[in-house]
Amino acid sequence: MSATEIDEINAELPHYEDKSAVSIEALKIVQKHRGWVSDDSLTAIAEYLKISPAQLEGVATFYNLIYRRPVGNTVIHVCDSVSCWMLGGDRLRDKLCRHLNVKLGETSQDGEYTVLPIVCLGACDRAPVAMVNGELRPDLTDNIVQELLGE
Amino acid sequence: MDRPLTQNIRADRDFATLADYRKTGGYEGLRKAVTDLGPKAVQQWVKDAGLRGRGGAGFGTGLKWSLVPIDPAPDHPPYLVVNADEMEPGTFKDRLLLEKDPHQLLEGIAIAAYAIQAQTAYIFLRGEYRLAAERLTRALQEARAAHYVGAHLLDSDFSLDIHLHTSAGRYICGEESALLNALEGKRATPRPKPPFAVVSGLWGRPTVVNNVETICNVPHILRHGADWYKGLGRGADAGTKLFGASGRVKRPGLWELPMGTPIREILEEHAGGMKDGYQLRGFLPGGASTDFLLPEHLDVPMEFDTVAKAGSRMGTGTIIVLDDKTCPVRMVLNLERFFAQESCGWCTPCRDGLPWTVTLLQDIVEGRGRPEDLDTLAGLTRMLGPGNTFCALAPGAMEPLQSALKYFREDFERYIFQNRPLKEAV
Ligand code: SF4
Ligand code: FES
Repeated sequence: MSATEIDEINAELPHYEDKSAVSIEALKIVQKHRGWVSDDSLTAIAEYLKISPAQLEGVATFYNLIYRRPVGNTVIHVCDSVSCWMLGGDRLRDKLCRHLNVKLGETSQDGEYTVLPIVCLGACDRAPVAMVNGELRPDLTDNIVQELLGE
Repeated sequence: MDRPLTQNIRADRDFATLADYRKTGGYEGLRKAVTDLGPKAVQQWVKDAGLRGRGGAGFGTGLKWSLVPIDPAPDHPPYLVVNADEMEPGTFKDRLLLEKDPHQLLEGIAIAAYAIQAQTAYIFLRGEYRLAAERLTRALQEARAAHYVGAHLLDSDFSLDIHLHTSAGRYICGEESALLNALEGKRATPRPKPPFAVVSGLWGRPTVVNNVETICNVPHILRHGADWYKGLGRGADAGTKLFGASGRVKRPGLWELPMGTPIREILEEHAGGMKDGYQLRGFLPGGASTDFLLPEHLDVPMEFDTVAKAGSRMGTGTIIVLDDKTCPVRMVLNLERFFAQESCGWCTPCRDGLPWTVTLLQDIVEGRGRPEDLDTLAGLTRMLGPGNTFCALAPGAMEPLQSALKYFREDFERYIFQNRPLKEAV
């Protein structure tokens, strides 16, 4: 882990009663800097927090927003829950995937885009909705490619 | 002022700053609590006001607070946790409060923490709510600087720190005890109950978990009193509530309205009725894990007990509208896929029963359904019903299914016997 990562993890420690409680924050911090959590990163975090790598792996694989595989520079999450589905979200997502020539969960050949499904983003009144690198993109239409990729 | 929760939310500004918030009486409720009232009195005010939890269960908030044992050991104070993990499909109400008026939440937290004598409060925020995280972080800095949060806040002998925790995403974190495991850095599986969190929660200490909208009501109760608050409701329940509608209505959105507002008023006046060319077929009154209701239920007032009497739950109060051109069987398939994916896998009926449900529904819509599948699905709704699983996820998942089997049976049968949907389906 880098000095910055360790500093950021240390800053979280005083907020919790024990070190292991910081595991989710630590995974998120490392992912923020490296894009994903590799086996080496996972082992390093586990050692630092004095928990077993198996326990941390159990945590890392439980949560939707921790990536245990590399992702593209731009991660696109498309909502597949009920209100977005009703207003054509799945169809638009397929259109986006076809344009990028990826299946859901894959990264485009040039390493730029990863398309992932996500549960309801809490913006159902503006369905269909996606999130691009953490930023909400509501009111999607048939122009989804342009709306999300700006192409 | 009959819309206390959203009074500071205005179209002409992004969000209410501390100065904006103060202009409408901001932090005066907290001042009153810590200077004039003791913790027990604050609990009593909230009890008298009749505030019930807005996360969906409707438990009395003041009552919940009063269950926290008064701990004589000052080195083991209780915790307050705010559930800001809004992930129920079709629900988009807490986001508004978090993004637009963060100080309202912070004041509510400070008052609630005082009422149970917690010295640390956590906001458990959905990881995807990035804008909310930014605004809460900024508001927290302002509140600390202005002495509304921190050691001896407002020169009282009460001290409070508030910490923002952003989650890494999983629906089950909304379950109170699973949320506590997540806060402790573990997999978010629910805990056995008893003991309940109010007795033994976060790191074994008494812990109150309250929903965002619930907490946002608290400052107003302290400022204006219990009678005023009760008077806001139109029926049995007190106060106002954020109600919403999504689906094919003319104006999907969110409105703060009195408790007890009839569903018809929400869907027809506020949401503007159905989009041209669509008819109302049914609706889920309060998120994905509530039973379908029909147009014949439109005059039911939105409050906890009346919606329950009609056969569903008010849940989160955000209505998902089913139109006549959307296939209810496919809609239920979408919902069950969600629940199957988000099951934490801890207990067998849920871990195995939900994927089985999905397989059966998928077979039906893809033309492989058999007549006996409907009985199997009905059996599953009982097997995964209340009392057979470790937490409420599975029973919640069965609510839309059991009501769809009841109300939209011919849609299921048309697939099975004629291999096509009843109506032109999406
Ligand atoms: S009902 Fe489902 S979500 Fe709840 S504990 Fe059991 S497996 Fe987990
Ligand atoms: S269903 Fe897509 S944002 Fe809620």
